[in-house]
Amino acid sequence: MNVLFGNLTLSAFQHDPVQLGGVVFMFLGIIGVLGLITYLKRWKWIWTEWVTTTDHKKIGVMYIIIAVVMLLRGLMDASILRLQQVLSVGSSNGVLTSDHFQQIVTAHGTIMIFFVAMGLLFGIINLVVPLQIGARDVAFPFLNSTSFWLYALGAVLINMSLFVGEFAATGWLAYPPLSELAYSPGVGVDYYIWALQISGVGSLLSGVNFLVTIFKMRCQGMSLMKMPMFVWSVIGSMSLVVFAFPILTATLAMLSLDRFFGMHFFTAGMGGNPMMYVNLIWAWGHPEVYILVLPAFGIFSEIVATFSQKRLFGYKSMVWAIMSITFLSFVVWLHHFFTMGAGADVNSFFGIMTMIIAIPTGVKVFNWLFTMYRGRVHFTTPMLWFLGFVTTFTIGGMTGVLMASPPADFQLHNSLFLVAHFHNMIIGGVVFGFFAGITYWFPKYFGFKLNEKIGAYAFWCWIVGFLLAFVPLYILGLMGATRRLDHYDPSMGWQGLFIVSGVGLMIIFLGVALQILQFAVSIWQRKQNRDLTGDLWNGRTLEWSTTSPPPHYNFAILPVVEDRDPFWVAKEKGAPLTSRHYEDIVMPKNTPLGLYIATFAFLFGFAMVWHMTWLAIVGVIGVITVLAIRSFDDDTHYTITAAEVAHIESGAHHE
Amino acid sequence: MSKVLHQPEGTLKFGFWVYLMTDCVLFASFFATYIVLRNNTFGGPAGHDIFNLNYVLVETIILLISSFTSGLAMLAVQNKEKGQALMLFGVTLLLGLTFLFMEVSEFRNLIADGNGPARSGFLSSYFSLVGLHGLHIAAGSIAMAIGMFQIMKKGLTESISERLNCLSLFWHFLDIIWIFIFTIVYLMGAL
Repeated sequence: MNVLFGNLTLSAFQHDPVQLGGVVFMFLGIIGVLGLITYLKRWKWIWTEWVTTTDHKKIGVMYIIIAVVMLLRGLMDASILRLQQVLSVGSSNGVLTSDHFQQIVTAHGTIMIFFVAMGLLFGIINLVVPLQIGARDVAFPFLNSTSFWLYALGAVLINMSLFVGEFAATGWLAYPPLSELAYSPGVGVDYYIWALQISGVGSLLSGVNFLVTIFKMRCQGMSLMKMPMFVWSVIGSMSLVVFAFPILTATLAMLSLDRFFGMHFFTAGMGGNPMMYVNLIWAWGHPEVYILVLPAFGIFSEIVATFSQKRLFGYKSMVWAIMSITFLSFVVWLHHFFTMGAGADVNSFFGIMTMIIAIPTGVKVFNWLFTMYRGRVHFTTPMLWFLGFVTTFTIGGMTGVLMASPPADFQLHNSLFLVAHFHNMIIGGVVFGFFAGITYWFPKYFGFKLNEKIGAYAFWCWIVGFLLAFVPLYILGLMGATRRLDHYDPSMGWQGLFIVSGVGLMIIFLGVALQILQFAVSIWQRKQNRDLTGDLWNGRTLEWSTTSPPPHYNFAILPVVEDRDPFWVAKEKGAPLTSRHYEDIVMPKNTPLGLYIATFAFLFGFAMVWHMTWLAIVGVIGVITVLAIRSFDDDTHYTITAAEVAHIESGAHHE
Repeated sequence: MSKVLHQPEGTLKFGFWVYLMTDCVLFASFFATYIVLRNNTFGGPAGHDIFNLNYVLVETIILLISSFTSGLAMLAVQNKEKGQALMLFGVTLLLGLTFLFMEVSEFRNLIADGNGPARSGFLSSYFSLVGLHGLHIAAGSIAMAIGMFQIMKKGLTESISERLNCLSLFWHFLDIIWIFIFTIVYLMGAL
């Protein structure tokens, strides 16, 4: 082993043509972006306004940008996979080798969950939560910046595997013993482990940050039962992050100890127990599903109430539903592997618990529908996403209840039926929810509205494409097609359905193209679509009471609330929410230290992948040093004087 | 401090508590794994073959005393007695390092006897659980050294006191974790 480069040799840079295409595409993208920044002479702006920022709104935007880039990567992975499944029949071997196919399956799943869904999640939470609770930023802005950069550099590490070395070919949860050194001797699993570890620690710290933000930073008068429903859903989600992500950290740490030091946690021999890994990873993995979907529920609760111009139906039952889902999501993990053979009693317990989750979820669906009932419903794009969500999510939910029955699950385990089910939940629930949220809140942060017409077209492409892409998978699953299938015999009669599914994927692609067009056109025509009121949708919660875009301190005067839907009540009463007497405002300073911490963590991860001892030591010492430097800095805040606030505010109101 | 960001009093402390709970779950995962794997000795030694209870008892007492001295140090911090606080943190740090040294030599002896973490599932989980605790003690020691340096340089300012408060919470927390390790790993293993 080389002292300088560890296990890294030139052969790590050699790829087959399909991979090479991906690498070239990635580099063209990076060069394009860097070139554009240089051409526009925006480097200083990028550094001072974005990279070093501690402003929750900008961090939120950066999360979403990275998540969207990763979404495109994940979609391209999906299309290569589907192409392979359409072509690789009988004597034809399609476009990919088996090993490469498995790598792409793994990358697709890992990227979509950890870097798309989680990125959109934290992006939206960052954008919305402080404004909804009437705060000027999160509880720990520096920690927030650090979390973001850990997420971002985790994403860099996972993309790096495309270029340097390989990725795991184990499926998105890297079950041992397959993921152990004996069966996956390459660096793929190590990339998987360290990309997830780095971004996972970021998520964990964000979870702590937002829980504290919500419990400690709410404005005067906002008791827990007066919080907007989105904030409640974030409490549920972040509690799950805080309790579930340490399990992921522990599990991946054990797997890496197995691989790095030859330990025997999960190996097939020497006293290891592979099923322990499966239990642990799902003890994180099942709550993870709810980490993603609860905030989507929250987003829809806001949207339905706003666009029905009505108070949310059944607020209290909604809170109870969220909290019971939060609790129940920790006692169902075993339904992911009924086939383990835990016995009839254990399986029944987990089956029943799983079915019970459908009850609070059903409560929520009815609450949304009753909110619409006799409301003045405005069929805007966010509302379309909601209606699409309710229908697809209900279908997905029912297939889930079906699989919650262990005997049925024994048949459907690892089939495409399951794949269809969870895509149904995650696309129809999470992704639609986040798209709705982005469309709904975009005008708040940019001061102009997204094009409604193109948005509606994009929605219709997504929903039609989604149904075409995944309903065939249900049927294929019932016909016996398994997941991660890269070759089959024509006599199975599956090819037609795979082709239909591929057509569906192309329509989804069209939807994505329309969404990109929607952004481009809206930015182009931003002058026509400008919103000067700050309250474009006739909103109900505090974020609509400030200007669009909000000043970086959010509220010149911190609001005081007395009711649920405080802004709506204030508008009804005709009373201004706040007086106009300004005071000095203390805000966190920008700092690059979060980026430095994440960079050293990244170097550490890369070093662990390639066994470069010296670089790993540099990484650890680097993180400790930056933390120490930060702890010596007492000058982390600055003051905006009352006069400056008055000046900014007068400008904002005259614009 | 309270003026900063209009953060209410005690935000940092509350945040640190939440963080400690996440750490608790981290340890819980390693405990659970240890309990599942503790009988998977695969022909290698079991707990009662390798644990020296007297040695571990000394380790335990050292750690408990260090928890006590860190509590005394925090009293000194509250009374703004700089010299006393420095001295007591110094004692705590020294005890922490002694504990670490004893743990490392215990590990070294085991490895030298051919009972390293790669020997069996049981030993993997044992080394990792106890080692994870040791890693936390090491991190706490580094933080304590930095904290002492800051007291010397800047005195007991409000922000430093607040952070030391978190550090002492961390130290007590590790003490509690160790009690569980002592019970579940050593006592139950040696019996």
